[in-house]
This record gives sequence, structure tokens and C-alpha cells, in this order.
Amino acid sequence: MIPELGQYALILTACLAVLLGTIPMIGATVGNALWCSYARPLAIAMFGFVLFSFLCLSWSFLQSDFSVAYVASNSNTALPWYYRLSAVWGGHEGSLLLWLLILTGWTLAVALKSGNLPEDIQARVLSVMGLITIGFTLFILFTSSPFERYLPRIPEQGADLNPLLQDIGLIMHPPMLYMGYVGFSVAFAFAIAALLSGRLDTAWARWSRPWTVVAWAFLTLGIALGSWWAYYELGWGGWWFWDPVENASLMPWLIGTALVHSLAVTEKRGVFKSWTVLLAIFAFSLSLLGTFLVRSGVLTSVHAFASDPDRGFFILALLAISIGGSLLLYAIKASHVKSESSFGLLSRESFMLINNVLLTVCCATVLLGTLYPLLVDALNLGKISVGPPYFNALFVPLGSLLVLTMGVGVLLRWKQTSLQLLIGQLWLPGVLAVLAGALSLYLLPYWPGFWVSAGLLLAWWVVFTGGRDLANRMRNKSAGLSALLGQSRAYYGMVLAHGGIAVLVVGIALVSTFSEHSDLRMEPGDRKQFYDYEFVFDGIRKVDGPNFHSDTGVIRVLYQGEPYTEMYPEKRLYTARGNVMTEAAIDPGLFRDLYVALGESLGGDAWAVRVQYKPFVRWLWLGGLMMTIGGLLAATDPRYRKQARRDLAGA
Amino acid sequence: MRRILLFVPLLIFIGLGYFLWRGLSIDPTELPSARLNQPFPQFQLASLTEPERMMTEADLKGRPALVNVWATWCPTCKEEHTFLNQLAQQGVTIYGINYKDEPLKAREWLKRYLDPYAEVVLDQEGSLGIDLGVYGAPETYVIDAQGVIRYRHVGAVDATVWKQLKQVMDQLAGGDA
Repeated sequence: MIPELGQYALILTACLAVLLGTIPMIGATVGNALWCSYARPLAIAMFGFVLFSFLCLSWSFLQSDFSVAYVASNSNTALPWYYRLSAVWGGHEGSLLLWLLILTGWTLAVALKSGNLPEDIQARVLSVMGLITIGFTLFILFTSSPFERYLPRIPEQGADLNPLLQDIGLIMHPPMLYMGYVGFSVAFAFAIAALLSGRLDTAWARWSRPWTVVAWAFLTLGIALGSWWAYYELGWGGWWFWDPVENASLMPWLIGTALVHSLAVTEKRGVFKSWTVLLAIFAFSLSLLGTFLVRSGVLTSVHAFASDPDRGFFILALLAISIGGSLLLYAIKASHVKSESSFGLLSRESFMLINNVLLTVCCATVLLGTLYPLLVDALNLGKISVGPPYFNALFVPLGSLLVLTMGVGVLLRWKQTSLQLLIGQLWLPGVLAVLAGALSLYLLPYWPGFWVSAGLLLAWWVVFTGGRDLANRMRNKSAGLSALLGQSRAYYGMVLAHGGIAVLVVGIALVSTFSEHSDLRMEPGDRKQFYDYEFVFDGIRKVDGPNFHSDTGVIRVLYQGEPYTEMYPEKRLYTARGNVMTEAAIDPGLFRDLYVALGESLGGDAWAVRVQYKPFVRWLWLGGLMMTIGGLLAATDPRYRKQARRDLAGA
Repeated sequence: MRRILLFVPLLIFIGLGYFLWRGLSIDPTELPSARLNQPFPQFQLASLTEPERMMTEADLKGRPALVNVWATWCPTCKEEHTFLNQLAQQGVTIYGINYKDEPLKAREWLKRYLDPYAEVVLDQEGSLGIDLGVYGAPETYVIDAQGVIRYRHVGAVDATVWKQLKQVMDQLAGGDA
């Protein structure tokens, strides 16, 4: 009964979405205020029904109702309740329902928070969100309903959740990522509404900016969580694999980052409007593409996609209508857009443009590298990997250039900056960065090569140019400390996010160069030395967990010859599915991680052991966290609310 | 002019969409190799296992063999590695080209996962890869005793692919005899 109610709620959602996608849109076009006013209540009701449907599915999981096919294939009575709940989004159908829940959640947030927007804009934005909801609800109903039943033969026991997914990192990762992906739909809806109404002005940029930044912050967090999870759970100690699933989330992030900056320019100076709209469309399109590439399994194997051609063609049709339609609208409408000001070559505007171009090129690089093997596979030419050499060769120089211009960009003024002034601003940070960079290199055990050195130098460059900017701001005010605390929240957000980039760059540079790892055949008593640490293998213990058997290795660690800690890497056999999982033992630290993973038994007392020393690896996620917090700070700047009130008073 | 430029993103998208749609519905024929029935390209590169020894295309001649392009950064290579080991045990001669890789890692890999290769050419810069027209790793070529390329397979070698390769090799062996 409960699953049928969930299905019914989804059908009602589709009906509501159709109403939301049409009535307010027509109302806004013909100027009927009553029709426009339907938008908010419809948005609220739509969220209510999707939430109800989601709760129905969660209930079925909690009750282990194995007559529901999706529950039976993703859960098990032995699973603890919290993993049963997270199993709701453990498969294709449930993830789509989570997607839909978050989409209608964003729609609800826009409905509740946009009371100060002009009525026709609000109606159009919500209406576009409604149109997106139609597509997704129909996709779920026709091709991937999570409520399908196994009748009449009900399985006694479920197939269990993949042990890889039985983990806190994977409980949090998809919702955060989807918050980001789907959040770009708001920026997209604002862009489409602006195109339709012909009002591409600075007010539009101001309205969509906080939404975009929040979505970007969630996406950043989602990617960081995914990377952290891969690091500790997959047993390789890698943190980024350039694998298509990761690339699918990186592409919207790159374009989203460009969009955040481009929106800033559009709001402040009234230029780049047409470009900003295009980026908003791209960011959401790539989110759609990413979701489908991942969810449809098309990237792991084309044949999974083709085996269910309905799904494949539905997806393609959805992409064609939404992306094709919005690009067509853009092509028709964007020619009327005029810039409201001009700018010189040495200006913040032009450096933001350089930033945008670089980010877009990065994204195109990833898109090519990701889709190329897919196309080759789709054309039945076999399977190939476009590996890290391709991505690294293109990404390292592009990224370095990006960070270099970032330092210059923050110190430039809007409109025009004289070369003399710029040099006056830049020479000191430049000299300091070189000195600090040289000192950092001196402290390293050996010369790490050109690009890593450049990375360290650039990280300092970002720090010192940021410091210079702060110093400039403080000089214009009387008291030092109050000036430091008196900057806007958006400014602190920017400083924190840019600082996050510096931290990330240091992390990437050092962990990719100074990591030490060794795959060893170890018998009890065998030793291995990395820098100041020595690892001693003390043998294997048999340990039984609640739903697995484990071989637990005991590794004693000595620091400069003194006992330091013991580490317990495990090899677990999960009995329900017969999966073998590696649980790495990690001794984390701000400046280095020790990482031990247990491989196979090599006969007798000998085991394959992978021992790793990972310097600065935590900085990767610290940087991601700083960017996330920076984004959230900037998005909650009180100025948006004040300005919104002023807009209303002026209207 | 500007109006036309605005249509560019749409056109790009339509192109991409068409390609994806074709990919969903059509299975076109195999990738022709420009090198097919051509002698193996000339090269002079170090051996992976003995870095001081230089190898040339002459080292690959003598009997029909497989030439497998691989790298440690390529997950699909790892997938096919076990199968290559089986083939080597059955007595198939396999030459490896270690493509754009780090020699240290590559040697460690062969130690860890066993070495199916009679010889491994170290193509760190990918120059031989360019001459061969390698799309990406893994790729496998069938060469005859004179070192002429007779067949090219892009992607992992598994039991199904091997049937095809074996046919070609058997023909070559028959022709030589």
C-alpha cells in the first residue's frame, strides 16, 4: 500500500509540475497577475508530494519490504537502520528520486525566498523549475520507478547494499553533490527567465548570484567528500583518478566557478551579460550530462545503456529538449543584449575574462577526455583509457596560469588600472613569493621539478597578493583591527576561497611528488623505512565483525627509532554477498598521513602489504573545505537582503 | 555577424547530440589502421627491463607475435593483464610497448602482476606510439614473422577478442609454413 501511495504522489507531482510549467509562464507573458500568483503555492505543493513519495520509499526500506524490487536489490535485514536509509539512494532509481527531491527543494527555497522579486520574474523562474521537474518526474515514472513490485513471488531476503557504499562518506557524498548539481538549475532558471523577459540587467545578476554561489559551495564539498572517500576506502591511497565519474562532477564545477566570477562582473559592471547567461546554461547542462553519464552506467559500459534503449533515448530526448531549447532561446534572444560599460586591457574585468576562458578551456579538456573513450566505445571500436598523462599534461599548465592571473586579478581595479600602479602593487608580493617559495624548496628533501616548484611559488603568490589587497583596504581606514574585522562577509568569503586554492595547490604539489609507497611481501618481523618512520610487520590476527570476517594485520610504527603507534589494516570478507573489502589503516596528520593497506596472503605467514607515506594529503580536503565555507559566507552576505529591499522600494 | 555567432553553441550541441544518438543506435565497422599491412615503424628505444640495451624494430621479427601497448596508469590494461599472462603461458609471443609511463612503476607492476612479455620497449615519450598511431592504451597489434602489421585491436584483449587475433595468427603461421 505505502509504495503505491509513493507512486501516486509522483504522478500528482507530474501533474503539478505541468501546471507550474505552464500557467505562471503564460501569466507572465500576457501580464496576468492572477496566473503569475499560482507559481508559489504550486511550488510548495510540488515539494510536498515529492517529499511524501521519498518518505514512502524510505519507509519501505526501514520495513525491509522486499516486495518492492528496488528495496530487494539494495537492502538486507542485517543492514543497520542508518545504512538502510542511505540505501534509498544506493541505486539508480532511488538516486533519481533524491535528485527530484532536491530539485523541488530548491524550487521551494526560491518560492519562499524570492518574495522581493518582481512578480513576473518570480513566476518565470519557478515556471522553468517546473518544466525541469516535468522531465525528471516523467523519466522516473516511465523508465525508473523505485516503487515497482516483485509479485507474486516475494524474495525472503534482500541482496544487500554494496559494502563499498556502507560508509559515512558515501552517505553524505551523493546528497551534497546533488545539492550542487541541482543548485545550478536555479541559476539556469534565472538565466532563462531573464532571456524570456528580455531583462538581462545587473539586478538579474544580483538575484541569481547568491543561489549560484551556494550551489557551487555544495558541489565543492561534494567533490571533496568523494575524493576523501576514495582515499580511505578504496585502499589505493589515491585521491583523484581522472575517472569519468569524477570528471562528470568536475566539469560543472569548473564552469560553475567561471559563472560565479562572471556573475560578479555582470553585477558590478553590467558587462559579459551574454557570456554569463551562456555559462549558466552550460553549468546546468553539464550537471544534467554528468548525472546521466554516471547514473545510466553509460560510462562504465555503453552496453548497460544500450541494453535498456528506452532509458537511453529518454535521457537523450530530455537533454535535447532542455539544452537544445535553451541554447536556441539564447541564440534568438541574446543579440539584443548590450554592455552597460567598457573596460581597458588592464582591468579586473579583463582578468575575470581570462579566468573564464581558462576555466572553460579546462572544462573542454575534461569533456573531450571523458567523452572520447565513450564515443570510441559507443562506435564499438573497443575500450580505451585516456589516462592521467593526458589530463595532467593539459591541466597543470592551465591551472598554474589560472592561479597566476588570480593573484593579479584581486589587485586590479575595475574599468582601468595603470601599468605603473599595478607594478607598484605587485612587486612586493612577487618578491616575497619568490623568497618564501625558495625557502619552502630549501626545506624539501630534494628538488621536486619545475611544475611542483612553480606550484609552491604560486601558492605563496596567492597568499601575498591577497595580503596586499587586505593591506590596501586597511590603509584606507583609520584603525587597523576594526578595518580588518569591518570588511564585508562576501570579501572574507573570497579571501577564504582563494586561500583554499592556495592550500589545495600546495597539497596537490607535495602529495604527488613526495609520496612514498611500496608494495611489499612482508613476513612477521620484516621492516620498511620511509623518511623518519619505520614500519614493522607483526603478523595477522583473525577478527570477526558483526557481518564480516577480517584478517587484521598488526603493523608497529617507529618514529626515529622510538615506538610511535600501531596500525591495523584489514582484509574483510562480507558474508552476505561474499565481497572482499580492504580497510586501510591511516594515521592522519596535518603534514603527513601514514597509510597501510593489506593485500593478498602470499602463502605461509607472508602477506602483500602496501605501505605509504603521504605528505600534505589532508591539505587537499582542507582547501576544499575552505572554498566551501568561503562560498557559503559570500552567499549569506547581508548586502543581498538590503539591496533586495532597496530594489523593491525603487520599483 | 554577431547573430550568427550566437548560434554556434547550439550547433556544437546538435553535433554532439547527433554523435551520441548514433552511438546509441548504430554499430559501425572496425577502425581501419593506416599501418595495416605496413612494416612495423622504425624505432630505437631502450628496453624496460634492461635500460642500457637499445632495441629496434628488428628485435620484433622472427615469428608471428602480439604487440601490446600498455601503461600502469591505464585501468583497462590491468584488466587484460591476467589474460595476457594466460596467453604467454600457452606459448604466444607477446611484445610489450610501455607507453608514456614511469619505468620504475612499470617494472614494479611486472614484478607484482607477473610478466607476460618476451620483451618490453620503453616508449616514455610516446614517439613510437605516434608512429604507430596509438589512440590510447591498451592496443594490441598482430605482426608476422617479417614484422609487418597484420591486425590491430583497440581496447582490452579478452577471450572473445583473442579468438579473432588467434585466427589471424594461425593464418600467418600457416602461410609461413
